[in-house]
Amino acid sequence: MTDIRYMAPTTLEEAIGAFAAAGSAGRILAGGTDLLVQMRSGMVKPGLIIDIKKIAEMTEIAETADGGFRIGAAVSGAELAEHPRFKKLWPGVLEAVNLIGSKQVQGRASAGGNLCNASPAGDSVPAMIAAGAIVTVQGPNGRRELAVETVPAGPGRTNLAAGEILISFILPPRPGCSGDAYLRMIPRTEMDIAVVGCGVSLTLKNGICTAARVGLGAVAPTPLLVEAAAKALIGSTLDVTALEAAANACRAACRPIDDKRGTIAYRTKIAGVLLKRTATIAAKRAQGN
Amino acid sequence: MPKLHVTTTINGEPMEFLCEPDNTMLDALRNQLGLTGSKEGCATGDCGACSITVDGRLVCSCLMLAAEAEGHEIGTIEGMAQGERLHPLQQKFLEQAALQCGICTSGMLVAADALLKKNPNPGEEEVRFWLAGNLCRCTGYDKIVRAVLEAAAEMREARP
Repeated sequence: MTDIRYMAPTTLEEAIGAFAAAGSAGRILAGGTDLLVQMRSGMVKPGLIIDIKKIAEMTEIAETADGGFRIGAAVSGAELAEHPRFKKLWPGVLEAVNLIGSKQVQGRASAGGNLCNASPAGDSVPAMIAAGAIVTVQGPNGRRELAVETVPAGPGRTNLAAGEILISFILPPRPGCSGDAYLRMIPRTEMDIAVVGCGVSLTLKNGICTAARVGLGAVAPTPLLVEAAAKALIGSTLDVTALEAAANACRAACRPIDDKRGTIAYRTKIAGVLLKRTATIAAKRAQGN
Repeated sequence: MPKLHVTTTINGEPMEFLCEPDNTMLDALRNQLGLTGSKEGCATGDCGACSITVDGRLVCSCLMLAAEAEGHEIGTIEGMAQGERLHPLQQKFLEQAALQCGICTSGMLVAADALLKKNPNPGEEEVRFWLAGNLCRCTGYDKIVRAVLEAAAEMREARP
């Protein structure tokens, strides 16, 4: 016998009530690809597991009236990939989400879980930051929205208040000639954790970059929004000088650690390299839209 | 907490079982339901030996709670052969010696089957990428990839 309880509520209110009542013993289960591993290793011992996948809002992909997307926090990578229009508008977000683990992991793992697990190297987060995603969270004190880059607080920690649950990501409407991309560097060809991850989203008008956002992962305690890099791209034709300036801004933003996957010097250098490659891909996609 | 009662469908058959809240789907398949084709390799979602499908999507049954099966359609290796008739993938794995110790094999087959249902004509790179979540310590993968490609070709020819 175990003293763990499991529930799969069908309403958000029920989930929030149970999660608040459980206090620190409560754990939210979306795809479970982090939670079950953490439970098995003894890292976490939840008293109550709240499976949110029976709540419609958590598992829906909806196109909003203004042309944006609302993605439920528990939508799996495989489900997002199956959506007929998402890939065309947000290929960078999709490629980032689809880099989380194997095809098997893709069948369960969600962008919501990736964000709340708060690994500095989570692949979907820099792409969501670049996309300008807003997240909706709800807790005992009501619902609020916050910019995705303000959610991670440090390795394994978020800025969600006690009892708050991540509900969905909102991606803004996409102007014409916009494109996004995500690249990561890993020491192996597949199935590894990012040494650096870089997301870029930009809009072009007559060959000039009119809007840009840059997200960097695995180079600081949290994924970063690099505003200085975006500023270097905006107003340029994405020429060599502008790309080099943006790459410099990315290198300057890095505060990485040394570990078995990469050194501080390597991560910092690669952050600049990836910015240039990712921005180039995003620009190519923008021209095609 | 009393045991949870789960109603699900496994390989097309309605199924009910009891489980503890922290039992994985792999535990339930192997211990409660006697479906021991799915193997436990790593139990952390890295090796793919426990691969099953849930509503047609490939997942590691070690990374899923048994209680999560409620109301869903589960597919396991036991549903692959039609009675005594092996699935073309199974047949090709035998012909191509695409297995040695066999621990990874059911996971490889379930994963390859999920790929061919999605894309009946994958290239070698796509097969290798798709099977990257299935580890094999014996074959070096080449024979497995070849068997999948040949089974795919045979299945395309056999289609009316």
